[in-house]
Amino acid sequence: MPNKILLPVLLSILLLVGCDLGPSNIESATAKQILHLGNGTEPKDLDPHTVTGVPEHNIISALFEGLISVDPATLAPQPAVAESWVISNDGKRYTFTLRDNSNWSNGDPVTADDFVWSWQRMLSPALASEYAYQLFTVKNAQAFNHGELKDFSQVGVKAINSKTLVIELENPTPYFLSLLAHYSTFAVHPPTILAFGERDQAGTLWTRPGNLVGNGPFTLDSWRLNYIIRVKKNPHYWDHETVRLNEILFYPIDSALTEERMFRTGVLHATSSTPLDKIASYQTNDPDKISIDPYLGTYYYRLNVTEKPLDDVRVRRALSMSIDRQAITDSITKGGQIPAFTFTPPNTQGYFANNNSIRYDLALAQQLLSEAGFPNGEGFPEIELTYNTSDGHRRIAVAIQQMWKLALNINVRLSNQDWKVYLSRIQALDYSIARAAWIGDYPDPNTFLDMFVTDGGNNQTGWSNSQYDELIASAASEADEKKRYKIFQQAENLLMDESPIIPIYTYTRVLLKHPQLKGWEPNILDIHPYKYVYLEDSTINGGQ
Amino acid sequence: MIRFFLSRLLQAMPVIFIVITATFFLIRSAPGGPFDADKVVSQEVIERLNERYNLDAPIHQQYFDYLSHLIRGDFGPSFRYTNRSVTEMIGAGLPITFELAIYAIMIALIIGISAGMLAAVRPNTAQDYIPMSLAMTGICMPSFLLGPLLVLVFGIWLQWLPVSGWGYSPGDKILPAITLGSTYAAYIARLTRGGMLEVLNQDYIRTAKAKGLSTSKIIFKHALRGGLAPVVAFLGPAIAGLLAGSFVVETIFQIPGLGRFYVQAAFNRDYTMIMGTTILLSCLIVFLNMLSDLLAVWLNPRLTLDAKH
Repeated sequence: MPNKILLPVLLSILLLVGCDLGPSNIESATAKQILHLGNGTEPKDLDPHTVTGVPEHNIISALFEGLISVDPATLAPQPAVAESWVISNDGKRYTFTLRDNSNWSNGDPVTADDFVWSWQRMLSPALASEYAYQLFTVKNAQAFNHGELKDFSQVGVKAINSKTLVIELENPTPYFLSLLAHYSTFAVHPPTILAFGERDQAGTLWTRPGNLVGNGPFTLDSWRLNYIIRVKKNPHYWDHETVRLNEILFYPIDSALTEERMFRTGVLHATSSTPLDKIASYQTNDPDKISIDPYLGTYYYRLNVTEKPLDDVRVRRALSMSIDRQAITDSITKGGQIPAFTFTPPNTQGYFANNNSIRYDLALAQQLLSEAGFPNGEGFPEIELTYNTSDGHRRIAVAIQQMWKLALNINVRLSNQDWKVYLSRIQALDYSIARAAWIGDYPDPNTFLDMFVTDGGNNQTGWSNSQYDELIASAASEADEKKRYKIFQQAENLLMDESPIIPIYTYTRVLLKHPQLKGWEPNILDIHPYKYVYLEDSTINGGQ
Repeated sequence: MIRFFLSRLLQAMPVIFIVITATFFLIRSAPGGPFDADKVVSQEVIERLNERYNLDAPIHQQYFDYLSHLIRGDFGPSFRYTNRSVTEMIGAGLPITFELAIYAIMIALIIGISAGMLAAVRPNTAQDYIPMSLAMTGICMPSFLLGPLLVLVFGIWLQWLPVSGWGYSPGDKILPAITLGSTYAAYIARLTRGGMLEVLNQDYIRTAKAKGLSTSKIIFKHALRGGLAPVVAFLGPAIAGLLAGSFVVETIFQIPGLGRFYVQAAFNRDYTMIMGTTILLSCLIVFLNMLSDLLAVWLNPRLTLDAKH
């Protein structure tokens, strides 16, 4: 019988190999200071000027450093390549002094000219950088990027000498320093780029291990496609004494379930995601291994205001007011998400929306729907709710479908789409209601509210309001923070009164994180400068 | 022999050509393009990217350009991984998927043939029913269930084996190979049993028995060769299926093989990568089928190559 012979044979083979299992990554990591991180998907590339994603960001922030970095706890701008800066009284001229000991990983000094050269690269039309708009606050940068201006010397960035960089802005931009901490504004090493192609050529081999020269706390050691990217401590980094980690290994892992298993068996110190169904169990059994922190992002539904019946503001408000957001965050997402009735997350760098026109109010919702000509949902056409394939999105959509059915007696058809199909349909306004999410690029309400200006690329609802456009434009030229936030509040009130979108909840970052991992401060951008991160054995016996 | 190869090659060419053409136009007709993203990319940027990847040319022009590159052995650059060529990515993923498939098929053969033989020797007894019902379970159990189950038992509870990686820590190749191989082991067990039963009733086996040969000699020397014919015919498509279908196992065990690239490429609308992997896999399928036909003839002298077509 096979289970008499084969099974014991197989089991003994397993046992033999099993005995060989050495200490797990986690067990051996602390002594060597080697950090193992789950990192979502395989990065598209490691060129700071051509990539856009979070996994790319995580690796690039180990390899490069900008003029400014942020404090891991408060996100306040901190000196990085620039050791100091002066802002002119009108808020439109920034003079940066670069530190003397800032070096590239081959030993070359980082100069102001490197930044001018790099920004010309990043803004050059031929490179087609998707993040070029991050520098559009700089004088003439947009014109240069759109090819209307050919002469880069007219763009507002100049090297006065090798260590002094002057930047002229179009408008006073209070969040400008935060933009300089974003990888799209980092400098690259000109001789390295030119050794592998033209300045404005994307996709050359300069980002490969052995080729890449950066100025960050780590250097690229190896890159195994779809498997592991390893970075090692950079001895030429100006602040290398602060850096305690010797290596970081980034694992691209497509499946949250696989990632959780790797975490559980001591392969990873931290994950990039957490399976929904595991959250409760970690909270009960391993509360020191799960971290839930506020995140600068909003989960919302877009409404296509160009078609009936969603062209009627009363219908849109009725839909928004009949969603029990608390029930969704309590019973479906379960990760401490905050029910949202406005678009900008609360306390976005001190900004709070003060809108109360949208609340959970079934009576008012029913009244609004009836005023719109659909008493008790009568005559309301069946509309479609589109979401991209994901179990989480599906569960939320099913709950909302049911809430609308019970509260308003209207029928909604759910339509689940492949990611790219979903994107192309939203962009073509080929939808009625669509699930969406927005993660802020920088900690300022502007990154949320300027989305909904008329014909804004990410508006995608067909909504347009000239008063709103004027408010957003006037906020851009207002230097005083209090006044500026007031203007944003007005704009946000207008947005919620008109409800081209239904905010559902403010994101939290739900991560599995080993107690050994220290210096990993929670913040709303989920940025963790690796120079402050280290590993230390805690009293809790972790790993398994 | 040469005639066989030539005629198979002639048959294969149009098949591959149709695969190339159909894939090329099908992926381009799917909604959504390679550069769509949730943060909308400006029109200028999209235009420049389209220009860079020759997507601004009329579609028939793109098709002929692609073919002319292909003939020179150039699969083009990946649309998503901007500094990688499709050839490089296939070069990185294929050997790993191939190695995984070899281990899986070895496990499948060892378990499948032993179980099938045991069952065939004493048909309709417990020795038949137990392995065959196990086989049925194996066929029914999808790898996305078996994989996590094995991980749970051997990786997490017993902590004998790593749950992820490929050549990163000792023993990490065992669970993926078993997961991938088990379904095929089950098929092979059933095929072996069927083949053996048929052969064991043949006159020459009865003759061998009459000559007083021992049971093991009869089975291993005389019956097995004929009994395995259906298994061999199944091997070609099975290996091709293992190569093309390793995606689930590669995802569960975090293996950087071709299967993950292939599925990610479809989600990302990475046109050149989809084309490259599809062409490669269809060539492999054609080749492996040819190989298993050759083996079948070698095992069964009553067949001849020329009679096969």
